[in-house]
Amino acid sequence: MTAAPETLQPPSRVREVQRFLTDNPVFILVLVLVALFAVTEIVNRHQVGEPFVTWNQISTMLLVAAPLGMIAGGQTLVMLTGGVDLSVAYTATAAAFAISWQGTNGTFEGILAGVLVGVGIGLANGVGVGIFRVNPLVMTLGTSSVIFGLLSIYAGRAFEKVVPDVVTTLGRERFLDYLPANTLLWIGVAAVLVLGLSYTGYGRMLYAVGDNPVASRLAGVRVWQVLVAAYALCGLLAALGGLLLLGFTNNPDLSLATPYLLPSVAAVVIGGTSILGGWGGYGGTILGVLILTVLGSLLTLLDAEEWERQVIYGSIIIVLTAIYARATRSD
Amino acid sequence: MTEAATVAAHEYRGVPAWRRNLRLHGWTIGVWLVLLAMIPYWRSLSQQSFSFDIQALAIDALPLCFAAMAQAVVVISGGIDLSVGSLMGLMNVLSAKHMMGMSFREAIVFSLVILLLAALAGGLTGLVITVTRIPDIVVTLGMLFVWYGVGLWVMEIPGGGAPQQFFDLALGSVGSTVIPGALVIVFVALAVLWLPIRRLRSGLSIYAVGSNRNAAYLSGINVARTRIGAYMLGGVFAGLGGLALTATSGIGDPNSGSIYTLNSVAAVVLGGVSLLGGVGGLIGPIAAAYILTLSKTVLLIRGTDPNYAAVYQGLLIILVVVVGGLLSRKTHR
Repeated sequence: MTAAPETLQPPSRVREVQRFLTDNPVFILVLVLVALFAVTEIVNRHQVGEPFVTWNQISTMLLVAAPLGMIAGGQTLVMLTGGVDLSVAYTATAAAFAISWQGTNGTFEGILAGVLVGVGIGLANGVGVGIFRVNPLVMTLGTSSVIFGLLSIYAGRAFEKVVPDVVTTLGRERFLDYLPANTLLWIGVAAVLVLGLSYTGYGRMLYAVGDNPVASRLAGVRVWQVLVAAYALCGLLAALGGLLLLGFTNNPDLSLATPYLLPSVAAVVIGGTSILGGWGGYGGTILGVLILTVLGSLLTLLDAEEWERQVIYGSIIIVLTAIYARATRSD
Repeated sequence: MTEAATVAAHEYRGVPAWRRNLRLHGWTIGVWLVLLAMIPYWRSLSQQSFSFDIQALAIDALPLCFAAMAQAVVVISGGIDLSVGSLMGLMNVLSAKHMMGMSFREAIVFSLVILLLAALAGGLTGLVITVTRIPDIVVTLGMLFVWYGVGLWVMEIPGGGAPQQFFDLALGSVGSTVIPGALVIVFVALAVLWLPIRRLRSGLSIYAVGSNRNAAYLSGINVARTRIGAYMLGGVFAGLGGLALTATSGIGDPNSGSIYTLNSVAAVVLGGVSLLGGVGGLIGPIAAAYILTLSKTVLLIRGTDPNYAAVYQGLLIILVVVVGGLLSRKTHR
């Protein structure tokens, strides 16, 4: 009897860690987030002489992060199906305009109009992608061009804008001094998304369709319905993001949500959802959103110039995704 | 082209050559016919002389032509490049900053430097994609921010310039004819940079890798090198686009490239390049770039609110892709 076969030897430490990370990819993101917080804390103490991690700061950060969290939530659903929605920013802006336009008739009418606009645009995207099988990139690019055109025509005309009080409260108020109202909404939506993706039939179908549409179809899934619903939900979440942004700025503006388009994709990607579909979840996206937000405050703190921000922002997307891909790659 | 031709020759044994060509190049021919059909309509609305109009169209469309060519090469190789626009913007500010006060000869030499830098930038993108194996769309999304940031570093507010003769290259016409210089530049670039490569092994590899990466690998093609090469060639076209921005606008502006990323995707799709890779060419996207520019011009002449142009353009793109998808599904069955 010589040495025992290799399979019987206890796994090495490195492989054990790798195994753990493969099973719990979110862990890496938590580490990155904590590290970012630590760096920001050190820099802040060094520069300002005060701690950065205070309840007030955290509360402000959540307030800033919540709209992106909403928009990135829709993006997550669509990317799980293997698509991408480049119309989320203009959908959010259109919803904000609809709210302030119908806000003159009452709070309910305003919010209803915003939600309908969001779902309507999402349905249009879904019909294009799901039924006519247009490439998602092209379809959502097309709709966002259409929305942008219509918005610029419409926004150019003077009309009475009323932002309902509820929207303003949701967008900028904080309960008990530290709990932003928009974060409460975000937590609610996040719970629905995380649980829904894991435990509902529709949630599992999203993964199935993203992983292998042909197999899903053969297994009896009506793929087009799943896709239409995914894009409609994405439109709805974008509209909610637009609502929060409107409440925050209190003034609908043509470029209201434009800065959120690429970060919404970046947050999902950093969060470990595969752009090819079928893998990932909203938990990672939340961490992606928080990472991007902390990074933003860190760069502000460092007094980074705009060009440095852009370069760091771009590099971080690539580097984080690369680390993530390497750590979770099963051999 | 040769590979596709042999496949089709097999499929179409005993079928006249013109039908085979129609099938192979139907979309490209169609796009050019649409462009030709638009011209009389446009001319009937316009008050200007024909030579003036053609000149203006060629100049207007020049940066988009190059953006479309850059995107087309990458998409044919099976990727997608969201950084085309910001790379163009970077090359725009880089050239405008340094060409100011140069002689014409120096400016031309510097243009070659710009093209080299752009090729390296594209190559870097390709390298990152092949080494990390992150999807193209993610890496190029990151690169979009990086190139834009570098562009801001080079030049924060619009400015700079170039020698007059350099502008004349794009703004003038050839000799005493009415042929616009901007039109000639596009086709010279096509003839010099793309047509020879397409006939070579490397061009064929781009199509092979784009249509089926595994099959290409199994038939002995170096997939990584081919993909990096495609991004480098795309970079060269983006560099030309940046120079075109300098020549047509006269200045450098770090934001000048931002509209070209998405418009280049639109032009590529309209030009018959499949986003799945391996299908199409560069001649179709060039026509699509002219169509997109011309449709905006026509709407402007008609006095339509320019914002409607965005609406029509979006609807046009969706419509074309839907119809194209239905047609191709029909022929494949």
